[in-house]
Amino acid sequence: MKAVNEMKLTIESRSVNESFARVAVSAFVAGLDPTVEELSDIKTAVSEAVTNCIVHAYQNTMGRIYIWVGIFEDSTVKIRIRDRGCGIANIEQAMTPLFTSQPQERAGLGFAVMQSFCDKISVRSTAGKGTTVTLMKKIESRQRC
Amino acid sequence: MPVRIEADKNLTTAYLSGEIDHHSCVFIRDEIDATINRLAPLELCLDFMHVSFMDSSGIGLVMGRYKLMHSLGGRLRVRGVSPSTMKVMKLAGLDLLAKIDCKGEKR
Repeated sequence: MKAVNEMKLTIESRSVNESFARVAVSAFVAGLDPTVEELSDIKTAVSEAVTNCIVHAYQNTMGRIYIWVGIFEDSTVKIRIRDRGCGIANIEQAMTPLFTSQPQERAGLGFAVMQSFCDKISVRSTAGKGTTVTLMKKIESRQRC
Repeated sequence: MPVRIEADKNLTTAYLSGEIDHHSCVFIRDEIDATINRLAPLELCLDFMHVSFMDSSGIGLVMGRYKLMHSLGGRLRVRGVSPSTMKVMKLAGLDLLAKIDCKGEKR
């Protein structure tokens, strides 16, 4: 299925860009006339994925985060967030709620939030090469005319 | 300023505002902890009335402050939480750790 509208965004892995990334994605999705809750779910899920890139993939070194958003005919939004960072050795472990490699202040709930706030999430990762997280969510509020 | 603190020996209230994420969390945490460690109050109240967004970084913030207050023999209260922030807090079971008042509730 081909996207009816799409956007790309590349940002540096600075924590100040977390806010920009989630606001930019939600502004793009706003064209589908989502509910406040749907939009907030998307912002939160994007924030988790981008934070993972900064905190884990690049571990506070500078790298690029590649974001692609596609809107499909049936009002499904697909958000792909990709990094060229360290990769995840054990995806199952990383996705387990409360697991974190940085236990000081991180709750270990990033993937749990993404899973709970989106309809579908997929994670592909190669150690040393990077990680791609794909989030899918159907916007129910509006019938396309 | 993402946090304004009013404090005495009994009650420290941290008025949080704006967006709470990994970026803003560090500053907020350091500000609150400096006051808590200095005064060791009986109760810490985190006021979310003017928080427009929170992701799971906020969970770490609340949990960490809960642990700190617990270690000092004090209590933690959370108030003014919006529906979207409550959704994130409930996912983490924070409503089981601390008393949470939502926006618009009497206190």
